[in-house]
Amino acid sequence: MKVLSGKARERLLYLISPIALIALWQVLLMLGIGDRRFIPAPSDIAQRFVKLVASGELAWHVGVTLYRVSLGYVIGAVPAVAIGLLMAMFKPVRIFFDPLIAALFPIPKIALMPLLLLAFGFGDASKVALVAIAVFFPVIVNTYVGASNIDKIYWDVAKNYGASQMVMFTRVVFFGALPMIFAGLRIALAVSFIVLVASEFVATKSGIGYLIWNSWELLQVDIMFVGIVTIGILGLITSVIFQEIERKAVPWKTE
Amino acid sequence: MAVERRGAAVDIVGLGKEFVSGQGRVVALDDINLHVAPGEFVCIVGPSGCGKSTLLRILARLAKETSGTITVEAPGWAIENAMVFQEHGLFPWMNVEANVGFGLMTRRVPAAEVAARVEAALKLVGLTKFRRHYPHQLSGGMRQRSAIARAFVTDPGMLLMDEPLAALDAQNRVILQAELVRIWEQTRKTVIYITHSIEEALLLGDRTVVMTAQPGRIKQIIDVPFARPRDLITLSASPEFGRLKLAIWQVLEDEVMRARGEEEA
Repeated sequence: MKVLSGKARERLLYLISPIALIALWQVLLMLGIGDRRFIPAPSDIAQRFVKLVASGELAWHVGVTLYRVSLGYVIGAVPAVAIGLLMAMFKPVRIFFDPLIAALFPIPKIALMPLLLLAFGFGDASKVALVAIAVFFPVIVNTYVGASNIDKIYWDVAKNYGASQMVMFTRVVFFGALPMIFAGLRIALAVSFIVLVASEFVATKSGIGYLIWNSWELLQVDIMFVGIVTIGILGLITSVIFQEIERKAVPWKTE
Repeated sequence: MAVERRGAAVDIVGLGKEFVSGQGRVVALDDINLHVAPGEFVCIVGPSGCGKSTLLRILARLAKETSGTITVEAPGWAIENAMVFQEHGLFPWMNVEANVGFGLMTRRVPAAEVAARVEAALKLVGLTKFRRHYPHQLSGGMRQRSAIARAFVTDPGMLLMDEPLAALDAQNRVILQAELVRIWEQTRKTVIYITHSIEEALLLGDRTVVMTAQPGRIKQIIDVPFARPRDLITLSASPEFGRLKLAIWQVLEDEVMRARGEEEA
């Protein structure tokens, strides 16, 4: 119990600096320092937030953004894990994919947006495709590195104990690489929100990115902040859920 | 009475192994000749770099010999050999039960039979209560017991053990040595056991193979004359034990000195 309360106290201490910042922000604007038309006070943002939630508008944008992120994430991550593992297991696969990854990884994925609009049109498909591509690279690289760094002894054990290629793939290489796969997935999570919001700035009428960009064009700065805060909250919630999943999925990982 | 089922027979003739490295060829094993009888417990001692692990890896079919032949006859045994690795051989992502059952799962043994055999193996090594633990939650001794159970559960004709107890503290080592001999006496599998401890070799083995380094060769094969069951305390008191220990030690010491001299020259 003492340990728990100590931890809880520490967590509360972490809230001091953000709360102080918000309070300072509010006080400065109430004192008339800064123009409230361009820099809304936290209380203005909170009011707007409540209104947008009540009207259901925010939920709609959040829903669209989450749909695009999660679909793109799965479409990008699943083949990335599979190919990354196969690259570590089979040299021909490695020789085939290595140069492609080396050439394509450094391209900022957002640069592909016009190309994807051309290919997939203005609907959800182009955004989902962009997220999938952005997720694919960090996941495949981490998976491959994780799988090829598996201690040689585990390959020997598997071989000596009669493991087929299938068992090797599903029981040894996959699990051996899993901690690194999760590291890649975590990077991909952050990247997927970045590219999606950026892509929603153009060529769409929905999503948090659209909300932020549209309110900039109409100079509704309070709505802009609502969008920014919302995307921050979404990032936080998904990363907490992610950590929980990782803890369950990698029970052998100490610390 | 049930017919005694003895382990595999091994015949190694003129075995050689060379590695090609940056500096050129390294002869790891040179003209190894060894015959192991069914059910025999053979220990191999030698300085590091004498190729004893390489020899074991060739027997385990994890490496290929450069010259010579290895014949293993294991009639009536579904699985020829199982290896107990030095350390870290357990998969960290599987609990004890899954680790022990691994060699059965890979061979598509039905789940119910796997469960029964794993149960028996865990009982044999006294780990029934720890079946759901992961390797990092176990002590070093428990980990090696799991590794031994994993090998025994597949019911191989021959067990290959690469310094399985080297990483343990002295007390655990003594306990596990005794358990190992007990299990071996019950099952009569052929065992090839690598160790760097002369005492351990004399305590466990029917014969002790003394190897030397650069190149790895068999220098001497010694019949261990002590009656079983053996224990270290009684053995230590016997003059014959001291004599054998000293004889092996002198062979190894000469070799280490010779190797060092060559390195400096």
